[in-house]
Amino acid sequence: MREHGSETVSDWLDRHSGRLFVMPAVLLILAFSIFPLVISVWLALSRFKLAAGGYEVRFVWFLNFRKLLLGSEQYHFLGTFIPKSLIGWAAIAITLVLIVRAVLSYVRSGKVSVLGSIGRAISYALFGALVWMLASTIGHGGQLGSLGTTLFYVGCGLAVQFTIGTALAWLCAQKIRGRSFFRVVFFIPLMVTPVGIAYTFRMLADMTVGPFAPLWQMLGFGNFEWATNQWSARLIIMLGESWQWIPFIFIVMLAAFESQPRDEVEAAELDGASAFQIFRDITWPSVAPVAATVALIRLIEAFKIVDLPNVLTSGGPGISTESLTLHSFMQWRALDLGASAAIAYSLLFVSTIVCVSFFNFVVEPARRARQ
Amino acid sequence: MVSSRFARRAFFACTALTLAQLAPASAGEFDGVTVNVMTFTGPQIAEPMQRRAPDFEKLTGAKVNVITVPFSDLYQKLLTDWSSGTNSIDAGVFAPQWMVDYVTPGLLEDLSDRVTKDAAIKQDDIAPFFREFSQKFNGKTYMLTLDGDFHMAYYRTDVAKELGLSAPKTWDDYLAFAAAANGKDMNGDGKPDFGSCISKKRNAQAYWFIYDLVGPMVQAKGTSEGVFFDTADMKPLVNNEAFAEALRLYNETTKFGPPNEINLDVGDTRNLFISGQCALSIDWGDIGSLAIDKEKSKVIDKVGAMITPGSKKVLDRASGKLVDCTADICPYAKDGVNTAPLAAFGGWSGGVNAKADPKVKDAAYAFFSYMSQPEQSNVDVTIGASGFNPYRLSQFQQLDNWTKAGMSEEAAKNYLGAIQDSLNSPNMILDLRIPSNQRYQQIVLDTAVARYLAGEIDIPTTMKTIEDGWNEVTDELGRDDQLAAYKLTIGAK
Repeated sequence: MREHGSETVSDWLDRHSGRLFVMPAVLLILAFSIFPLVISVWLALSRFKLAAGGYEVRFVWFLNFRKLLLGSEQYHFLGTFIPKSLIGWAAIAITLVLIVRAVLSYVRSGKVSVLGSIGRAISYALFGALVWMLASTIGHGGQLGSLGTTLFYVGCGLAVQFTIGTALAWLCAQKIRGRSFFRVVFFIPLMVTPVGIAYTFRMLADMTVGPFAPLWQMLGFGNFEWATNQWSARLIIMLGESWQWIPFIFIVMLAAFESQPRDEVEAAELDGASAFQIFRDITWPSVAPVAATVALIRLIEAFKIVDLPNVLTSGGPGISTESLTLHSFMQWRALDLGASAAIAYSLLFVSTIVCVSFFNFVVEPARRARQ
Repeated sequence: MVSSRFARRAFFACTALTLAQLAPASAGEFDGVTVNVMTFTGPQIAEPMQRRAPDFEKLTGAKVNVITVPFSDLYQKLLTDWSSGTNSIDAGVFAPQWMVDYVTPGLLEDLSDRVTKDAAIKQDDIAPFFREFSQKFNGKTYMLTLDGDFHMAYYRTDVAKELGLSAPKTWDDYLAFAAAANGKDMNGDGKPDFGSCISKKRNAQAYWFIYDLVGPMVQAKGTSEGVFFDTADMKPLVNNEAFAEALRLYNETTKFGPPNEINLDVGDTRNLFISGQCALSIDWGDIGSLAIDKEKSKVIDKVGAMITPGSKKVLDRASGKLVDCTADICPYAKDGVNTAPLAAFGGWSGGVNAKADPKVKDAAYAFFSYMSQPEQSNVDVTIGASGFNPYRLSQFQQLDNWTKAGMSEEAAKNYLGAIQDSLNSPNMILDLRIPSNQRYQQIVLDTAVARYLAGEIDIPTTMKTIEDGWNEVTDELGRDDQLAAYKLTIGAK
């Protein structure tokens, strides 16, 4: 037994080897992720200005955020507010009911904790605020800001991508002819770079000389240009995004479908269960954790959408197709670094809460149900 | 004998000195030197530099890398590279309008001495506007003009003849012409074509066009009156009857344009015009030279060029109302029509990074000088794909280069005459060259006008948004400083 104080270098290395091995990765993360994150906090609270000899950065506290939420950039970030319609009020009422129900359910669960309560309070408050914002900006005279537009891309895009990707995966998991061919074909868009996808989709969506132009004109839409209408422009961008990301959902879900145990399915078939019953009661519960995880990954990615609106419409018509990332990028391009960082931080705040909430309320329950 | 030998030596010495002065860069002078030049994706503007870089390398030994980025990224990419001390780019070809943001922090090299010693560049041959305004800031030369830029109007002469119309003099005439031509098949493909094609895409190069309409209604007493701000207090001149009328007319032109006009960049409208699908267009000088491209153009010798349309009413700045032009109110009006050509962009020009290596700075200057010298530029301006438009006096006087390029003498006279009309106008509108002009125009103005064209906001809201946005930027940067910079730019007292 060695006495205290006579520790050798090798002993010390042995004791600290875990930390030492992790250190390079930690340093890299600090240098390339944490440090820029800290610097951008400082930028979000400052104003950048070119000056003799270089530049000046002046600390302005929350001025950049105030501009976004209450000032001259409110229309751009939150949208143009109008009196709420009946549907808007109904959406707010439904949201409130859901929140109250969730709170009651949590209280009755007997697992109330301080951290859980704070987390839920933040999630519910953000959820309510976002619904209130959407209800106040959608309708005649109203206008979605970059936050609302991003939520449209995230929500509707994820729904479309998940539904089609899962359906295609389920089909390709069946014993059908040429399924290997379809697997490769469905996977191709994922191999192309995002900007390549954007330019390809720009050609596809050109309704004057593009490949679908004859069909478009045959359907009587010759005089309608999707890029001049805010909802059709958003829809086309959302479709482009879906075209790019359906393969991702497809490939993950295909793996999930193919790895489910065959014995349960065969037993159900022997018992005379229908295909729908087998899917609902056996297949879906077994792939649900994977489905929730893949949806979470897409959710995180979807908040970052920038290539498609930038290439297809440059954010237009007006500001209709501008996502938060593109909004931030445009401010950065004009060297308004403070405003750009403030938008980026707002995006980080919203996407983190949405994704953490999704993990806690969807992914975790799906996993627990499977166990 | 001695004197004749001395005379011979003196003659050779003088000849050598003259040649040395005429040729700022000589063979092998820059062996091993690499110059990274950044400009926009183009293919215009980058094309002539990429085409001529190998010749320049053979002449001087300097290798020129032309790096391209999208137009909307150019300002920021260069500025970030230079102001952050990265300095991976040695020189840039960009808008002289942005010069103020580069000169103030000391990022651009003062080229005054080099230009003075450089006989080959023939500065006296460069039109005074480009030589004295575009190239200079506070009396010093920071950029070399490679391209002459003015907004002009183009119309189809064959269509005008068929309709019995003359070239539009006012914006009302423009709309009447567009309405009459809209829906006609103007290129023989059996499909209806468009009355007017103007680029209106957001985040592109379209944000200047609204000032082609605002200008003649706001500025009447000469360049120093200014069109953007009141020279007394820096109040934006954007919330008045003139601006409202300009917005209305601008939106009207959309009715006679392609259905996706608000998503078209200038390259798109140029292609539409030269493919014969538009009766009218507003553009820089590019359509003139693109229209003679034998491979692409369907409108060879069918294009008329003219100064941008004017107005018979101008803004009374005291009341904010439009009033009829009189000799006192519009001293430069012709036939009661006030015109105000927009010197938009000021012509693509080359500037050198002040922090680059001295040898690289010399090589970068030599390259821009080479590009600008008449031997090169007088040819380049006749090539549509170059994106370069005339800016030298010799380019306006010598029609040979134009006729060799495929333009008829009549068309050349018309095209060059239209540019000269703009260039010589005492009521020309100068670009906004105050600090952070990008934020005023490419963010606030561009976004508000795009929203208006998309139907998101009405005219009063558009004007109020621009006014508030510009005031916010002015207050942020210092009203007095901005006013002083603005007055200096337009020569106001």
